[in-house]
Amino acid sequence: MTQGFLVTNRSVRWFLFTLALFTAVIAFGSEASGTGIFSTSLVKTLGKTLCLCLIAVAMDVVWGYCGILSLGHFAFFGIGGYAIGMWLMYGRTEGIVMTSLANQTIPPTPQEVSDAIGGQIFGVVGSSEFPLIWSFAHSLPLQLLMVVLVPGLLALVFGWLAFRSRVTGVYLSILTQAMTLALSLYLFQNDSGLRGNNGLSGLQNIPGFEQTSQATISLVFFLASAAALALGYVLFAWVVAGKMGSVIMGIRDNEARVRFLGYRVEGYKLFVFTLTAIVSGIAGALYYPQAGIINPAEIAPIASIYLAVWVAIGGRGRLYGAVIGAALVSLLSSWFTGGGAPDVNLGLYRIQWTDWWLVLLGLSFVCVTLFFPKGIGGLFDYLVRKPS
Amino acid sequence: MLRILAAFCLALGLVTGAQAQDLQPVLQAHADDITKPSRGTIGTTLDALVDSGLPQVTPFLEAWTDKGIWQREADSVFFYGRAQGADLTLTDIDTGTVTEVPKSGYTELRPNGGVRRVIGTALVQFQLSDPDIARRLSAIDSLARRPDAEQLEPLLASIDGEPDAALKARKIQLANFLSASFAPAPADRIAAIESLSDDTSIEARAVLNQILATTPYVGTAAPDGNVARILTVGDDLSADDAYSRLVAANIAPPAIPSTAIRDALAANIIDGGVGDVPLAQLGTTAARDRAYATLATAGTVPPRLTDQGRADAVASHIFAEIYVEDDPAITDAAHAALSSVETRVAAERFADLALDALSLASIYFLAAIGLAITFGVMGVINMAHGEFIMMGAYTGYVVQQFVPDYTLSIVVALPLAFAITFGAGVTMERLVIRHLYHRPLETLLATFGISIALQQLAKNIFGTQARPLTSPGWLDGALVLSDVVQISYIRIAIFVLALLFLGLILFILKRTRLGLEVRAVTQNPGMAASMGIDPDRINMMTFGLGSGIAGIAGVAIGLYAKVTSEMGADYIVQSFMTVVVGGVGNVWGTLAGATLIGFLQKGIEFLNPSNTLAAQTYMVLFIILFIQFRPKGIVAQKGRAAAD
Amino acid sequence: MTSLLEVSGVSKTFDGFRAINDLSIQISEPELRAIIGPNGAGKTTFMDIVTGKTRPDEGRVLWGEKNESLLGLSEAEIANRGIGRKFQKPTVFEDQTVRQNLAMALKNPRGPFAVLFHRKTPQGAQRIEEIAAEIGLTDQLTRTSGELSHGQKQWLEIGMLLAQDPRLLLVDEPAAGMTAEEREKTTDILRRAAQTRAVVVVEHDMEFVRRLDCKVTVLHEGHVLAEGPLDHVTSDPTVIDVYLGRSDA
Repeated sequence: MTQGFLVTNRSVRWFLFTLALFTAVIAFGSEASGTGIFSTSLVKTLGKTLCLCLIAVAMDVVWGYCGILSLGHFAFFGIGGYAIGMWLMYGRTEGIVMTSLANQTIPPTPQEVSDAIGGQIFGVVGSSEFPLIWSFAHSLPLQLLMVVLVPGLLALVFGWLAFRSRVTGVYLSILTQAMTLALSLYLFQNDSGLRGNNGLSGLQNIPGFEQTSQATISLVFFLASAAALALGYVLFAWVVAGKMGSVIMGIRDNEARVRFLGYRVEGYKLFVFTLTAIVSGIAGALYYPQAGIINPAEIAPIASIYLAVWVAIGGRGRLYGAVIGAALVSLLSSWFTGGGAPDVNLGLYRIQWTDWWLVLLGLSFVCVTLFFPKGIGGLFDYLVRKPS
Repeated sequence: MLRILAAFCLALGLVTGAQAQDLQPVLQAHADDITKPSRGTIGTTLDALVDSGLPQVTPFLEAWTDKGIWQREADSVFFYGRAQGADLTLTDIDTGTVTEVPKSGYTELRPNGGVRRVIGTALVQFQLSDPDIARRLSAIDSLARRPDAEQLEPLLASIDGEPDAALKARKIQLANFLSASFAPAPADRIAAIESLSDDTSIEARAVLNQILATTPYVGTAAPDGNVARILTVGDDLSADDAYSRLVAANIAPPAIPSTAIRDALAANIIDGGVGDVPLAQLGTTAARDRAYATLATAGTVPPRLTDQGRADAVASHIFAEIYVEDDPAITDAAHAALSSVETRVAAERFADLALDALSLASIYFLAAIGLAITFGVMGVINMAHGEFIMMGAYTGYVVQQFVPDYTLSIVVALPLAFAITFGAGVTMERLVIRHLYHRPLETLLATFGISIALQQLAKNIFGTQARPLTSPGWLDGALVLSDVVQISYIRIAIFVLALLFLGLILFILKRTRLGLEVRAVTQNPGMAASMGIDPDRINMMTFGLGSGIAGIAGVAIGLYAKVTSEMGADYIVQSFMTVVVGGVGNVWGTLAGATLIGFLQKGIEFLNPSNTLAAQTYMVLFIILFIQFRPKGIVAQKGRAAAD
Repeated sequence: MTSLLEVSGVSKTFDGFRAINDLSIQISEPELRAIIGPNGAGKTTFMDIVTGKTRPDEGRVLWGEKNESLLGLSEAEIANRGIGRKFQKPTVFEDQTVRQNLAMALKNPRGPFAVLFHRKTPQGAQRIEEIAAEIGLTDQLTRTSGELSHGQKQWLEIGMLLAQDPRLLLVDEPAAGMTAEEREKTTDILRRAAQTRAVVVVEHDMEFVRRLDCKVTVLHEGHVLAEGPLDHVTSDPTVIDVYLGRSDA
């Protein structure tokens, strides 16, 4: 089925080709392959960008195609990151603790091991007890299941409540924002069991691969992120290309009409909301091992709004638009805020982009909304279609 | 100290100058007793001193208890004295003449603790009736700090003669406290305790708690005495606590922590094992217990009860709490009084909480009402609303840089903040929002773009650190209604401001031409336009009005919170919730929403006081659920915004 | 002729305004029925109640041979029972092609997963061709429906209703804004549809109603004023008084 779909869908093939080319170039130039044209940190940045592209594609499906301006998808992204982060942190701490306990004359009891790991992890919030939510942290498969299950269930429950009572439009946006706020506030608490505002750290160290260099790890994650983006893109392209796409775009354009055609709109919205939440969780689970640290500030409502900004700038309702927007804006953002952009000397005043980037972003976003509602992707459409 | 005393004596001397008598002869008459006082004999001496009625008695007694009296060995004359190395500064008890002498030849009087207490009691009597109100106050204060059975009599004696009404009430209150604890007759104590049942002060509660103090009891037999309660292990007392009580009563050997066991084992490794357990097997608790037991049997380490042994020990004992006070009638009375006090305290706490909630609600109302107006009339979500609040607060800050008088600066800042944010709102409406009508999600995002630009702009101009917006002096402090209920003036001011704005907005909407037109556009824009109302102008004015109110809210919020570039973001989500919960586009709805959210937040904080973050989390969850059941808010609206 | 839809004793009040007042209407299958009435007579509210958008304060709405109550069912459930509705303003999905619009409406399983794994079938394609031919949009199948003319959108929406294969079609002012030629075509489509199913047309335009040549129900202030052939009701003095008289004025 998917093959037939790929044959008929030109833009997906183009996208996959471009992504494969890009991945091959970066992989070839990475330090791990020996050429060292691209630094490990650059590979990490690009890998993270691919994850952001993936969540942007998900956001595009839920917003651009289904018309639900969710200001909560970054929360799902963060949950995915936390879920994988728990395993990473547990595994790494366990390794450290076992090494130090091995020097003792008397072999440690399981309780002592658990206390020592707990003390290491939760010492910063004044505890050494393992909270209930860490029950599966020792197991990678279970924790990977959490990456999918927790965002999925949260989206399912929240979406069911919201869509059932027919909350739409800006109300729904505010409600999703409230959900995100509640989650980040919860995580900020020290007794949330996830180390409060310290978050989880040291995630770039993969348990069992202590000897592997970061160059290799970064390349592996980069490739995994590229694969995830490719799969996610194909999945969503397939979803929106078929009759499903017709229905969800119908919901976006005229919800009542779809209802009177006999479709249970709530079910479709819930499907899209939950599916994109799960993909967001997966994107987060790939992102944070490359970032190395996750804390509740990452989940704050503003992050989800930035996500909407990327998709809007890239162009809603076209998946490659979301990818372009996320890649462009997030890379530009780190270029500007990282001091990469040269200062502009106006004589009286020196514009330092670290200070002025957000002003520029905010204003250009307003301009995009006003003058290019279809975003960069719309421009792209225009160029591609012109010859025909 | 002595100099003050001397001056004080002098002052007293002036007052009682007419009958200037000397204390020294009286002292000499009882010299032996003063030099070597005992609890039994001191009474007569004190009586004599008191009978003399001399003003010098008080300072003398004070100095005496303070070890500030020296006696010349040669003629047994007493002086106030202060030793400095080998020298002694002497002050004559009657004349106040100061002399410097070597220490030899003088003896310091050192009354023992019992005697000092007797003297102190006598002294209290003087201090409590002292003509100087400051001294009486300080005597009362020290009495309140260190209540003592002996002080009850003198305190009671001094009540009738007290001229100052407030002080008299205070004396009566203290006398009640003392009687409750120390009155000799149980009936007096019970009466006093009952009189405390409507006193919610912290002191009264402390007195009652003191009477209800308990000591733990552990034993195999049922406890004697005035039993407060029998503790059930598991319900009232954890097994570990119960065991540590057994240990404290020397009934059971102390529990040995697992780390100590491990250390003990590590210290006793012989031939690659401990006892008969090989080292490699010591990785379980059971094996370690076995090894430790072997060591204990050998006498190498202190014995330790097994878990079963501990459980048995706990099970075979009775744990109880016994009142220190023996008389059950008194503890019962104290119990009754305390529970009545606690009911009152709970009521007052509730009132305090309600006041807190009210002021929080006022803030939310101020922050949200502008948003509600723009959302209701224009269906526009203004994400930059929080930044308008911030602009208002910074306006206040800038004004204070130029106008040093805080009262005047606030008076200037309020209208200026309104003007500036009104202008900003109108500009934004003209440049951006006007082009995005009927595309609410785009408006949301575009205004968000403006919001991040404004926030960063403020950061660039004012820096990241918090700027002060100082309130006028007359807003400092708090209105204290009782030990429990108090509210700061600034919050009262914000409440008043919120009320003013409620009135003002209602006036504008209901009584002015603009309000009429705004309501017309809200209800039916097409019809309004066909009746000659220019919706464009109305939208502009409405947006300006909403933004202007945000500016004023900013000044108000800045007065009690810090002014930062991110302060708007702190309020924006709550403001949205207020609007959504209250029902869009309705002043009363916003008021209801703000009240609900304010009270809810304070209520949750009250239930979980340690954790304000949790309170906010639960509040947001509540709001999400609330929207489920009332998607249109408390006060559902009809008209443009209500039409889907 | 059995009764397909039976509305009896239905009332609905909006904020004190009685939009529907003790309304009773019976629709048989097959039947073509026109409902006329002045503005505010409750025509659209009647449709809203039947299709589940609005819940009445009192009364019964019964459907089909088993006399199942439609009250309390969601819009989608009612649509799946076999009631199709066309809105007053043409509402088609303008970003999608005519074929996609029709495909979405085709009678197929409506669940998300069934739709997700839906595969195009030759039968489906054939049905779309048939409907396109019926509404005269065969040449336009690949066009984006936003590009269609007003009349074509109206037909497309009627086509979407037909694709649902409903037993009852509720059509709200199908002729509004159409040219005379387009009206004629619309009349034909509706009359053909009514040969096999019940079609209820709400219309202002008397000329259009006359051309439909069917039983007419006149609504006024939320209840039935008169019912019968057009000539019969137009001669009814009360009808002339409240409706026809006024429209002549």
